[in-house]
Amino acid sequence: MKFISEFRDPELVEKYITEIRRTVTQPWSIMEVCGGQTHSLVKNGLLQLLPPEIRMIHGPGCPVCVTPLHLIDKAVHLAIDKGVILCSFGDMLRVPGSRMSLLEAKAKGADVRILYSPLEAVKIAAENPAREVVFFAVGFETTAPANALSVIHAHRAGLKNYSILASHVLVPPAIAAVMEDEDVRIQAFLAAGHVCAIMGIDEYYPLVEKYHVPVVVTGFEPVDLLQGILMTVKQLEAGEQRLENQYSRVVRPEGNAEARNIIGEVFEISDREWRGIGTIPGSGYEVREAYAAYDSNRKFDMPLEKAPENALCIAGQVLKGIKKPHECSQFGKACTPQNPLGAPMVSSEGACAAYYHFSQS
Amino acid sequence: MNAPKLRMQLQCPMPQLDFDVITLGHGSGGLLTHKLLDSGVFDLLKNDLLNEKHDGAVFELPAGTRTAFSTDSYVVTPVFFPGGNIGELAVNGTVNDLAMCGAAARYLSLSFIIEEGLSMKEFWDILVSVKYAAEKAGVQIVTGDTKVVERGKGDKIFINTSGIGTVHPQAAISQKRVKTGDKILISGPMATHGVAIMSVREGLEFQTSLESDTCNLNHTVLALLDQFGEQIHLLRDPTRGGVATTLNEIARDTQLGIELWQKDMPVREEVSSACELLGLDPLYVANEGVFIAFVAADSANEVLEALRGLEYGSEAALIGEVREDHPRKVILTSSIGGRRVVNMLAGEQLPRIC
Repeated sequence: MKFISEFRDPELVEKYITEIRRTVTQPWSIMEVCGGQTHSLVKNGLLQLLPPEIRMIHGPGCPVCVTPLHLIDKAVHLAIDKGVILCSFGDMLRVPGSRMSLLEAKAKGADVRILYSPLEAVKIAAENPAREVVFFAVGFETTAPANALSVIHAHRAGLKNYSILASHVLVPPAIAAVMEDEDVRIQAFLAAGHVCAIMGIDEYYPLVEKYHVPVVVTGFEPVDLLQGILMTVKQLEAGEQRLENQYSRVVRPEGNAEARNIIGEVFEISDREWRGIGTIPGSGYEVREAYAAYDSNRKFDMPLEKAPENALCIAGQVLKGIKKPHECSQFGKACTPQNPLGAPMVSSEGACAAYYHFSQS
Repeated sequence: MNAPKLRMQLQCPMPQLDFDVITLGHGSGGLLTHKLLDSGVFDLLKNDLLNEKHDGAVFELPAGTRTAFSTDSYVVTPVFFPGGNIGELAVNGTVNDLAMCGAAARYLSLSFIIEEGLSMKEFWDILVSVKYAAEKAGVQIVTGDTKVVERGKGDKIFINTSGIGTVHPQAAISQKRVKTGDKILISGPMATHGVAIMSVREGLEFQTSLESDTCNLNHTVLALLDQFGEQIHLLRDPTRGGVATTLNEIARDTQLGIELWQKDMPVREEVSSACELLGLDPLYVANEGVFIAFVAADSANEVLEALRGLEYGSEAALIGEVREDHPRKVILTSSIGGRRVVNMLAGEQLPRIC
């Protein structure tokens, strides 16, 4: 595969590993923010190839993991009690709500559909004018443009039966929240490359300045990750704190202006609850007043009590990198991918699920 | 579509009928059922045993041979997919299950559960595919059944086939014979069938020239058994759940460890690109025309060489071995040299967001 296989080249991987080993002289804790990066580190077995001085801390960048419990309950409520066609990305389906997961709702007869694009949901709405169609709009800045575009398309087509249950979270406020936590000891960040492809890199300069940490915008392939780690380690060893862009083949410093315009048209920044972490100010998107008709939260009356999280789950500490998944007393015992207590055990991008698979070796 | 398949479709034109869709009456067992069967089904699949038109088939198997028996149900959606349809899948699937026992399929039963409203044209196309696949595999359809359910109670058509086969005299295939040091071969590239099906699933359609790899593996397997007999310890076709699931089952049941080498695992370029886009791991994607063989270490290279010269085996590869150092686990050495556990899937493989 052109543009991918080059970044999985075993010789290059070895070269970077050797270079990292040569550069590192003391222990460093580096957080990869994005769950996609965690997944790639584990899937390719990179964690064992790194020298023991490098401690990779897995960040909160798994959208499925940080979607609040009550939003999943809302999605289940819409699918089961309101009889809507509930469309979602695939890995949201298995996450347990307080009542049930969407997968269980589907088994109980709810019309739950797995889609790859929210624009498909708009098509479904056009084909089913007598039914309400809801898209569970989960994700970071990366999925926001397509989700916003679906609202614009529905609006242009005059569809009255389409809305989104928005659960968008933003990376820079999450990095700030992690650094503000007194228990957290993170010395550098790999920022999520694809988020920056949309948003650009300017948002990260203030973080570098305020918290005195190196931030390297990094891609997802093995060579990307190792190059990002090497750039980070070089800065750490030299006592520098700069913003660097490893993923320059994809990320332009200014990002994608058109995608950002579409986001701005439909969404505005709001406070947002992160599952396991709590509310982070200005860390999410919600649908603007002008598009209120396409906001499931406003459209449907959902008299739901906020259910408590499972008390045994320490997902918050895992998502902030304070504890490793296997340091949880429930890990691999009461909590497994087949029977998850918390969301990070569900998604393949979740740190607990990744460790569950990895630690058995 | 390949030439013999097309030729058979041309040679078997749909008969003139006074109905163009299957109705509930066609499954009643009454006049309409007979009209459907007599209109061409019996003619199309005819053989001496089927021509008896009895409730079951009566036959003898060669004296002294071991017999294998298998059954499977087919519910694929969509019913027609690139490279095939549910009809040939239903024949090949059971023929291959028997082949994995080291058996040559002899006789199949064929049962339809049809959703009211299926067009006669589609039903006919499925039947022609059944005929084609059965002839290609050298198996006879000797008994069957047709039921029709109300609209909305099925998904166009479900098929069950059961099969009886005679086991190759030299075959000694059993999980019990898998041992440390055995080499693991795969007969062709992984994940092709699953991705071909995904490419036409509603809501996911994407452009690809990929076709399902559904085919009959019995001739290939029997030729290998002719040559290598007991050297072949275990055969499995990694259908649902893909190679990862099948190997995990074997590791769990044998209490042995399985080592896989990603760099040696054949995956077509289009398949790996599609998996990349869809967020799927080819190791967990379904196959139809591929089998895995556990063979004695000292004959592994010869078996591989022979397999590459046989039907559907040209892209065969040696992908791993059995170890005792990590019992019950499948461990993959990634293309870049990292190692990870390959687990059983927790549920259906769900695409990732990013």
